[in-house]
Amino acid sequence: MSSVLVFALAGLGLIGLGLYGLLVQRHLLRKVLAFNVISSGIFLLLAGLARRAPGAEPDPVPQAMVLTGIVVAVAATALALAMMLALRSATGRTRLEDHGDED
Amino acid sequence: MSLLPLAIDLVLALTLLWLAWRALNSPDLFRAVVLFIALGLVLGLVWVRLDAVDIALAEIALGAGVTGALLLAALAKLQPAASQTDELQTAELQTAELQTDQAAVMAPIALRLFIALLLLAFLAGLGFAVWQLWVPAPGLSNLVEARLDESGVAYPVTAVLLNFRGYDTLLELAVLLLALIGVWSLSTAPHLGDEEPEPALAALSRLLAPLMILVAAYLVWVGAYAPGGAFQAGSVLGAAGVLLRLSGWRLSLSATGWPLRLVLVLGVAVFAFIGLAVIGFDQPLLGYPPGWAKPAILAIELAATLSIGAILAALFIGGRP
Repeated sequence: MSSVLVFALAGLGLIGLGLYGLLVQRHLLRKVLAFNVISSGIFLLLAGLARRAPGAEPDPVPQAMVLTGIVVAVAATALALAMMLALRSATGRTRLEDHGDED
Repeated sequence: MSLLPLAIDLVLALTLLWLAWRALNSPDLFRAVVLFIALGLVLGLVWVRLDAVDIALAEIALGAGVTGALLLAALAKLQPAASQTDELQTAELQTAELQTDQAAVMAPIALRLFIALLLLAFLAGLGFAVWQLWVPAPGLSNLVEARLDESGVAYPVTAVLLNFRGYDTLLELAVLLLALIGVWSLSTAPHLGDEEPEPALAALSRLLAPLMILVAAYLVWVGAYAPGGAFQAGSVLGAAGVLLRLSGWRLSLSATGWPLRLVLVLGVAVFAFIGLAVIGFDQPLLGYPPGWAKPAILAIELAATLSIGAILAALFIGGRP
């Protein structure tokens, strides 16, 4: 079992934890956190898969893609947080309306 | 001997998962955000272990730094300062909020179990797919290696970002700009009082800001042959902007109009202009003419660094000036 495989599996775990948080938590800030955890997991998995060959030079293409992804994730986070604050100032709530609940 | 690195990596991986679990499930939002920032820092270490120094730099500056600052700023706006409202009222509000939180903070337990089971099945499938894929494959390293001499830079990651996969980077700059347009159309920048920053913060920012600008300049230059480049440099510049903003410095009113907007679009504009201009020299879109790759990449990187730094700082300020 190599270190790279360990990190790829940790990436899988992060994807799972993030998806769970995204579905279960109702506070929008927590959903933004969960979305960021998912993206970190995907980056780890992608970079892990790119280093399957033992001892070789790391593949620069997935590295560049992950770099791009990190920047896009930050931009998306900023937009999501701004939308959450706009929702809060418009309705006073920090979670989305849930039509399945009776509360 | 070879067991020790594996043990360290196992500990790092378990720390990652533990921090993620705590960040997503801690009842206190502030604690959740702080744990999330810690997750970003540990992730930076993991990237170093994976020999991806570029990603480590970006992760720590952006994933932990700028995202953390964004989250903390949003949290501060969500929770109005307790000292400014009547204390009794605040306490009442907090209890009311706590009660609704207890009832509605999560989905019901049966639903949660169902979701967890579904996700476990999904993860098992994904894990199996990863296991099946786990045969050594050369990937694209050899291809990049073979064409590196033509790329204008000596560092493969920068070559991929600004030459071989220029489209990605151009569109990424556009995405950053779009996010800022979205944020600006949602709100105007909060009016800040004229309060003096704390003396320690003011002194520290006077020391740190010039250093950070220097580090950014170094990173953008060194990106041609070592880990570094426009995105890392831009994030350091953005962090300097956040620090300056926190210590009370702001742009003069005359500079927040078109000069600010010019800096914000400079990266996309220069990249798109060079990408289109090369068509006149019988090159495909975004294909640099032979011998011109180095100056073209340098110009794009300098413009992109300025724009990325300005956009990140503007995203943190959060609102149209």
